[in-house]
Parts: sequence; C-alpha cells; structure tokens
Amino acid sequence: MNNTWRILVVDDEVAMRESLAAWLREDGYVVDGAASGREAVEMARGAPYDIYFLDLKMPPGIGGIETMIEIRKLQPEATVVIITAYATVDTAINALKEGAQEYMVKPCNPEEISLFVKRTIEVKNLQRENQYLRQKLTRHYSFQDIVSKNAAMHAIFDLIKEVASQRSTVLIQGASGTGKELVARALHEAGGRASRPFVGVSCAALAETLLESELFGHEKGAFTGAVARKRGKFEVAGGGSIFLDEIGDISPKLQMDLLRVLQERRFFRLGGTEEIPMEARIIAATNRNLQEAVEKGDFREDLFYRLNVINIRLPSLCERREDIPLLVNHFIERLALEAGKPVRDVTKAALKLLMDHDWPGNVRELENTVERAIVTARGETLDVADFDFLMQSPRGGSKWNAPDGMSLAEIEKHAVESVLDRTGGNIKLASEILGVDRSTLYAMVRRHNIPR
Amino acid sequence: MLIGLLPVEGVAGADMDALESFVARHYECEVRRLPDLAMPADGYDTHRSQYDATALLKAALAVHPVETDRLLVVTDKDIFIPMLTFIFGQAQVDGPAALLSLARLRQEFYGMPARRELMLERARKEIVHELGHTFGLVHCADKQCAMALSINVTNIDIKRDALCGACARHLADRLEALAG
Repeated sequence: MNNTWRILVVDDEVAMRESLAAWLREDGYVVDGAASGREAVEMARGAPYDIYFLDLKMPPGIGGIETMIEIRKLQPEATVVIITAYATVDTAINALKEGAQEYMVKPCNPEEISLFVKRTIEVKNLQRENQYLRQKLTRHYSFQDIVSKNAAMHAIFDLIKEVASQRSTVLIQGASGTGKELVARALHEAGGRASRPFVGVSCAALAETLLESELFGHEKGAFTGAVARKRGKFEVAGGGSIFLDEIGDISPKLQMDLLRVLQERRFFRLGGTEEIPMEARIIAATNRNLQEAVEKGDFREDLFYRLNVINIRLPSLCERREDIPLLVNHFIERLALEAGKPVRDVTKAALKLLMDHDWPGNVRELENTVERAIVTARGETLDVADFDFLMQSPRGGSKWNAPDGMSLAEIEKHAVESVLDRTGGNIKLASEILGVDRSTLYAMVRRHNIPR
Repeated sequence: MLIGLLPVEGVAGADMDALESFVARHYECEVRRLPDLAMPADGYDTHRSQYDATALLKAALAVHPVETDRLLVVTDKDIFIPMLTFIFGQAQVDGPAALLSLARLRQEFYGMPARRELMLERARKEIVHELGHTFGLVHCADKQCAMALSINVTNIDIKRDALCGACARHLADRLEALAG
C-alpha cells in the first residue's frame, strides 16, 4: 500500500497543482497541495512529507529553490523535485547543487514521473526498513538487552566496554543459553567495528570440509561442486567481527588452520593462491571446558592461548538468581509487544516459582518459558497457572517444587483446571492424562467447583 | 446505482453505444446516456494543440444530473494535464467523476491502420480503470488487473477488462456500501 507515503505539490497555478495531485492520488499516495513556498514550509513544519514537488518560479514570495532550502532545514532527508516550464542549464545545475534529487521540465512524460516516484518510494521503503532493523539490532544487542544486577555480570560489562575497540581475540565461555552470542554482539556494537559486518558461524553445525570452505571460501574448481568462486566468512567479515560459536567442537585439522590464520593474520581460499589479509576481530565461544579439553589433548594448547587473550566467563542463571525478576520483567516488556498480548506484569507467586526453578537451559530457557506463558495467557498478569507447563515438562534429575503456601487441594484444583483447559473440556482425555477414571475426575470437578 | 455516460461532442454514436452496453453489463446497473457536452471555451490549449482534462471535467461536473452516482465523460480528443504530456484518462479518487480519452487508444494515432475492435477493447479496460478510481481503488501492482497503471498502449494491451481478486473484493465492498 502507498497510503503511508505523503506527497506535497507546491505550485501557484491551481490547475497544475490540483491535476498533478489528482494524478498521484490514483497511485494511492496521500497528496496535498500548497499555493506558495511559505505555505509549503508551514505545512512541512506541521506534518512532514516524503516527497515535495516544487515549482521553480512562484511569484510572489519565495521560489522553489528557497522553499527547498527551508524544507531541508526542517527535514534533511526529504526528497525534493524541482519542476519548471522554463528549463535552462543554469537553473538545472543550481537546483541539483542546492540538493534537489530531480529536476523535471513540464510537461513531462507520465512514464518519467511515475518511475521516479516509484523508485523514490522503493528507496525510502528500504531506508525505513534498514532504520527499523538497525534500531531493533541495537536495542537487542546493546547492554540494554543484557539485563543484570549481578556483580560478576557488571564486571563483564565493564570489560566489554574496555576491550570493545581492541583487536585482541576474545574467548567467551559459558553454558548453553547464558548469552554468549549476545555478549559477542555487544562487543561488536560497542566498539569501532559497529558499522562493519558481524558474521556468525556455528562450528558444530557443519562438517569439517564444509566448515573449511565456509570459513576460508574457495576458488572455482577447488573441489567437486565448487562451480564458482565463493568468499569465506573471514573475507565477508572484512574489518568487522567474526563470531566462531562452539569453537570447542572443531577438528584437529581445522584447529591447525585456524592457528595459522591467527598467527599470520592472512589466509588462502581453498584451491587459491592469492593471499587474503584477515582484518576481522575473532570472537570465539564455547560451552565446553577448553582447559580440560587441552589437558585431555582434544584441543591444541597453542590455539587455546591464541584464542584466550581476553577471557569472558558467563555465569549460569543459577549463579545469578537475583536477576530472574529483572529478566522476567524485561522479557514481558519485549515479548508481549511482539506477541501482541496485553500482558504487563507477573504475580509474586509466579515469580517465586520461577526463582525456585532450576534453569539448565539458562536465560534462553527462561526467555522461552516467559514467551510460552505470554502466548497462552488470558489476562494482563502472568500467574502460577500460566507456568503450569513447567511442572509438566519432564526434566530428568531436577526436582519439582510445590508453590509456597499452596495446599494439596489447591494443587489438585490447579492440575485439574489446567488439564481440562488443555483438552478443551474433554473429560475422557483429561482423565487419561491425569491417570484417574472418569467418575473420579467428575467428582474432583464438582468438589472444586471448576466451571466447564 | 446509476452511472451517467457523458460524451463530449465529436464521439461517434456507435462507439458510445458499444461502451454504454459494456458499462451496463459490467456493473449490472442502470446507465443513462446524457446529451453531448459542448467543448468548453477554455478546453483547447492552442500552445499544446491538446485539450485540457481539468477544464473538461469541470464543465462536465457543472452539467451532470444530481441523481447519477458516477459520471463517465468520454472524449475523442487528446487530453493533458499541465504537468504531463498526455493522459489516457483522469478520475477523482473516491469522487463522482471520471474522464476517458479515446484518442490515444486508436491505432491511427500511432500511424497504423485503424482497428476499431482493438480501440473498443482498450476503452473497456480504461473504463473499468477510471471508474474503479471513483470507487476508491488505487493503482494495482498486478499488471493484468484493470487497475494497473498504464502509461502506454502496450501496458493497456497486457491488462484484462476485469479486476484482480483483491481489487474486485474492494469494489464489491464499496458497491455494497453504496447500495446500503
């Protein structure tokens, strides 16, 4: 739809102004007209437009170029088209020099103006999308998204700020779901490389040969299937950052290759003879204990020391339980908006349940749990019942904690209500899930006054 | 619904007959053929040797009967608006009137032998297009939909004289609202 794009046609001739506005409206744009430069500037001040068509000569008052300069002061990103019936080379040069995107001589071909508007809108759409995605990324990966009041985490924030602009290799260690990629992105965003690419590679996801070609790229014909030259991730990252996730899982051969790249800071594409400089900063991460792997001989000691120049060890969620309320509220704020649900808060009982829970999947598991609760929640506040699935999920080894202050009868009522809810009130199915016969379940429903 | 058909002096009666029966069939409504409109004094631009679409629409709106829901003005003259070298037609989006010129729909305009059937086919597509605007439709990205923007006859020839699914649904909603 074009109806979010606003165009202003500025011309002292009413026929010219109205007919062009009518023609542009047929494309679905919101089009207004202004009879003078001053009126146009006033209108722009009130509500900015995306494209301005300005007549070059508009007596009396200010002409098209002066109007453009005034509008630009208010809206530097506005697209301005200067139109005139009396084209000269001088006026064209002057208009473009002063910042007009286009200079059109009236009458012009419908194709010319239609194409110009279409392309301008396409570019503006991309700019809008780019701006939105950048904001989203910055919000997501800045420190704002790593929420913590834990002292160890704050020490990590300080370290990130300190080393963000350096080139030294960083090794991030932490269990799965502790936010290793978030820290890697924060390192990238906080430093001088933020405007350059951040390239992530999951080393465990690819077979050895594939990973080699993925990292270093290959020349045409380097191996069967290499039908064209391909740039590797090191090359794509350029002067940005390359994030090697699950580095503990790479093969001895690749450990050797990587060590060489780190020592020499240059590499070859597979099958290539041209040396390519490595300018990207390497950020590696693993959930394995690399020191132990070195001792066992599974990981090269020299590579470990090359990678471990700056070490960041992320605590598990159990080590920073005090962050759980903060994180839950942070996730509610973000995820409720994304899910389009009116959830705003969480009850104390539900928070207690979450604080007492073991989180083997760490922050990622907590985030997924809050998301699931938001999606199925009915009200504005998440309660214990919204986290029923936590108690149902099989979790070998971890113990289930009864919510504080709840009697056995209340727990039974919650269990029956939640299963009936899941089965859409189907007694037969619910009785099978609960492992009781139907008459027992009917009796429970009556006893607890559960509406069906 | 009542659609008024207003020929500007000079349009052949047989061409108007063909277009009138198409409009009645297409919209399944009453169509009233109005007496020819005389070319307004300010309609012809001697400098451009073309006719001013804005002046024509203004003159048409001054004479159209109040009971018509939509007014389609048809001219045989080549028309323009000040910003553009020519237009095939013009409509008031969500407004009462639309204007269509047959001049550039004719093969003769491009130095080729006349093909009346082709001209009428193009006119049918542009009628659906211009009247579509008066019902609030805007240009459609589907090149075969009658609401696709045409800036030359090749564009028109690609189109059908019908709307795509999305535009048809929008039109049906509008017609229903008008009837209600």
